[in-house]
Amino acid sequence: MITNIIIVKDLVKKFGSFVANDHLTFEVRKGEIFGFLGANGAGKTTAIRILCGLSFPTSGELSVAGYNVYTQREKIKQNIGYMSQKFSLYDDLTIFENIRFYAAIYGLSRKDIDNRAEILMKKLNLEDARNKLIRDIPLGWKQKLAFSVAIIHDPKIVFLDEPTGGVDPITRRQFWDMIYEAARNGITVFVTTHYMDEAEYCDRVSIMVDGRIAALDTPVALREKYQARNMNEVFLKLARAQTKEVA
Amino acid sequence: MKRFWGFVVKEFLHIFRDYRTLLILFGMPAVQLILFGFVITNEIKDARFAVLDLSKDETTRQITEKITSSGYFRLDRNLNTYHEIEAAFREGDIRLVVVFEPDFARRLEKERAAHVQLIGDASDPNTANILVNYATGILNNYLLSLNAEAIPLQIIPEARMMYNQELKGVFMFVPGLMAMLLMLISALMTSLSITREKELGTMELLLASPLRPMQIVVGKVFPYVFLAFINACIIILLGWAVFGVPVRGSIALLLFESFLFISMALSLGILISCITNSQQLAMMISLVALMLPTILLSGFIFPVENMPVILQWLCHIMPPMYFITVIKSIMLKGNGLFFIWKETLILIGFTLFFILLSVKKFKIRLA
Amino acid sequence: MRTILYIIQKEFIQVFRNKRMLPIIFVLPIVQLLILVNAATFEMKRINVAVVDLDLSGSSRQLTSKFQGSPFYRIISAPFSYNEAEALMQKGDVDMILQIPYGFEKDLVKESRTQVQLIVNAINGASAGLINAYSTNIILDFNREILIDWLNPGKLGGIRRIMTESRYWYNPKLNYTTYMVPGILVLLVTIVALLLSGMNIVREKEIGTIEQINVTPIRKIEFIAGKLIPFWIIAMFELAFGLVIGKLLFNIPIEGSLWLIFLSAAVYLFVILGFGLLISTMTNTQQQSMLVSFFFMVVFILMSGLFTAIESMPPWAQTADLVNPLAYFIKIMRMVMLKGSSFADISQLFYALVIYAVLIISLAIWRYRKVA
Repeated sequence: MITNIIIVKDLVKKFGSFVANDHLTFEVRKGEIFGFLGANGAGKTTAIRILCGLSFPTSGELSVAGYNVYTQREKIKQNIGYMSQKFSLYDDLTIFENIRFYAAIYGLSRKDIDNRAEILMKKLNLEDARNKLIRDIPLGWKQKLAFSVAIIHDPKIVFLDEPTGGVDPITRRQFWDMIYEAARNGITVFVTTHYMDEAEYCDRVSIMVDGRIAALDTPVALREKYQARNMNEVFLKLARAQTKEVA
Repeated sequence: MKRFWGFVVKEFLHIFRDYRTLLILFGMPAVQLILFGFVITNEIKDARFAVLDLSKDETTRQITEKITSSGYFRLDRNLNTYHEIEAAFREGDIRLVVVFEPDFARRLEKERAAHVQLIGDASDPNTANILVNYATGILNNYLLSLNAEAIPLQIIPEARMMYNQELKGVFMFVPGLMAMLLMLISALMTSLSITREKELGTMELLLASPLRPMQIVVGKVFPYVFLAFINACIIILLGWAVFGVPVRGSIALLLFESFLFISMALSLGILISCITNSQQLAMMISLVALMLPTILLSGFIFPVENMPVILQWLCHIMPPMYFITVIKSIMLKGNGLFFIWKETLILIGFTLFFILLSVKKFKIRLA
Repeated sequence: MRTILYIIQKEFIQVFRNKRMLPIIFVLPIVQLLILVNAATFEMKRINVAVVDLDLSGSSRQLTSKFQGSPFYRIISAPFSYNEAEALMQKGDVDMILQIPYGFEKDLVKESRTQVQLIVNAINGASAGLINAYSTNIILDFNREILIDWLNPGKLGGIRRIMTESRYWYNPKLNYTTYMVPGILVLLVTIVALLLSGMNIVREKEIGTIEQINVTPIRKIEFIAGKLIPFWIIAMFELAFGLVIGKLLFNIPIEGSLWLIFLSAAVYLFVILGFGLLISTMTNTQQQSMLVSFFFMVVFILMSGLFTAIESMPPWAQTADLVNPLAYFIKIMRMVMLKGSSFADISQLFYALVIYAVLIISLAIWRYRKVA
């Protein structure tokens, strides 16, 4: 029995006359890594912000972790983690202070905060750097740390908005290892990216073009359907089709 | 050069798209000028006073009536004993108590002299001083009318108020407000807009662009020159239209001096942004270190001549003082450059000094 | 509840880690206090005068020396024509011109009345009023002396006199520092508190960390409280520190009870910080927030009654002043510190501040949106 942890039906989001999300409909299954692909400005961030309760949808039915996006936003927030595209740790706090602060506002107990902070720093090999200010550590570390902080309270779902922007390939690889590990621990991962190679790592991907979902399936199925060697080609074909349609 | 202008245009768009900031920037001088023009007077009206009349005769009643009808005072209550004075002051609203001795009228007629005590609430020394002076004046006038022709050998002082016959407070506020707002827009806004780029990390991007660092700074500053200048015009115009503050001297000279002051403030703003990294810091430095001195150490509210000598020196290293002197001189006295060349030179000196210093700092940072 | 403590901890770490901000928050205001207290005075110390004596008689010289003898005046020039004197005023060298007309003494003797002219630079209306009052008094004094010198006592008998005796309570020597220290201290603490809180939330908006907080289940009231309390502690500390300095250096009187001062300050600071946070929630950039804060601050300060009396403002402005928290607090401080007013005396003002604090903080909580 497959349970859907996120259900989106006819999601529309307009900013004035601009339609950022045009009737999106999709489900995310419990425990999967769901990729949300698209070029910059395709409407990925808008959708993810709505799912996290940071922004109101214009219309549509949405449920996240079994809760209604319109009425139970605070309930949703207890069950999700979020890592935004904009960097979200405090520059002028140390690694440990950042972990402690975020753990605390998720309502963890004092004992839990200390325990998890230790485990987390050990896992990331940051024990020696615990008192370093965030502004002094490399971007790759920051990204990994931000991800770990986003799931410090064991959420059911974690939303990652372009988590690997600007980091080197090795760090990206390591980052995806962390995503896999989270998924193994039962956390559903909802990730947006515009790196098409990353799509291969996802269980299923949806490809957004101009505010609409142009395709949604496993990477393998998509490659077959569009007779492409890799996801990049899939994406290019879809994008071209869309442009033709408009023309 | 084309790239540079493109950059300037972008900066302009940045500011003009932020309609909230614009609203505040242009609304603020207007609202403040109108507010202060109507509201802030150093003149005292309707100060509450109490009377302890131990005589209760026709003369004391007449004097009380004279005080009440002067416009300066409003009778709040009549007291019956000396002890009530303390309580009346402590409750807070009464500024002056007038005490008539017993048998006031009789003594005035028989002994030709009677006593009045004026007790001021000097927890506000300025107001107390003025009120006691006013009341004394009213008493003297009453006496004059009482004695009518009896006094021989009168010297009559005839006062003429130069430049501001009605003693309007706005005459003081227009130059001060101009200095304050130009300082605010020029020094503060520029330092914030540059540190903002630093804080958000976009400064690095700009520095990496083919624009030269100096071009970037000038480009960022340029729109504010424009904004500040418009604001100066708004203040002058409003002051003239609503409150009748004249521009007796040359308008061109006035605008030139405003432009000079704006340049000075901008270079100061650039200097601040060169030595700070966060908007918060830039703002605190600008506000705490610039605004209060602009208000208090410039002759805006408190005359510089009344300050202790050390503070007068301090005022002399504050550019706003010179600007306010210049503005008053041109607008109210109708003076030409001949009277203010010294102040003008000093302002130019300040500008050059700040520019040189920031260029130096800027180079160190880049090296 | 515990969450609030962690937010407070975080804010404190951030404030104290910023090595350049610290002196600005703690040292600069005190330095300013020391400087500005001495600057903020209406007391006339030195009025520069030009005397144009066209009479050149004994009486005119006597009158001139009367001005010379006063500690307020300094005769810096005695030109022979009015035009010369006016040029001096035009340049800004003199504040007043005393002109004694030709025939001053002759008129006094023959017609029993004569005139002198006072020409005052009135750009600063308040100063001009005082200069005029002082000068008139000197002339009246001189007049009295002449009466006594020239006439026999019998002729004076018909004149009635009212002897005025002026007393200045709470501050008999009219010491301005006494009055200004509490006021300026309040101003400085207000500025620091309003700016710190006003820029705080909007700063997190600009950096982007606010999003990360908004996706957590944190309650709005916890968040606002966590932001409010650290700055409240800092501001209270600063006020206490400033009072100690005022006491030690300026020996300002503290007539009333200290706890009443701090109780009122506690409530007042909640109003100011609430106001700052409200601004912070309603703006998008620190620049905007700063401009808005600045606008209100200048209006609040200039209408606070510290520099000019509130009663002299037009009625509509006095009504508008009901929403000026600074006006309430300056009044309370003055009453309690200088006059020793009790709680009963200030209760109305105090409760007004309490209501204000509750309203403004509720408004800030309500305006803080976790959803954009």
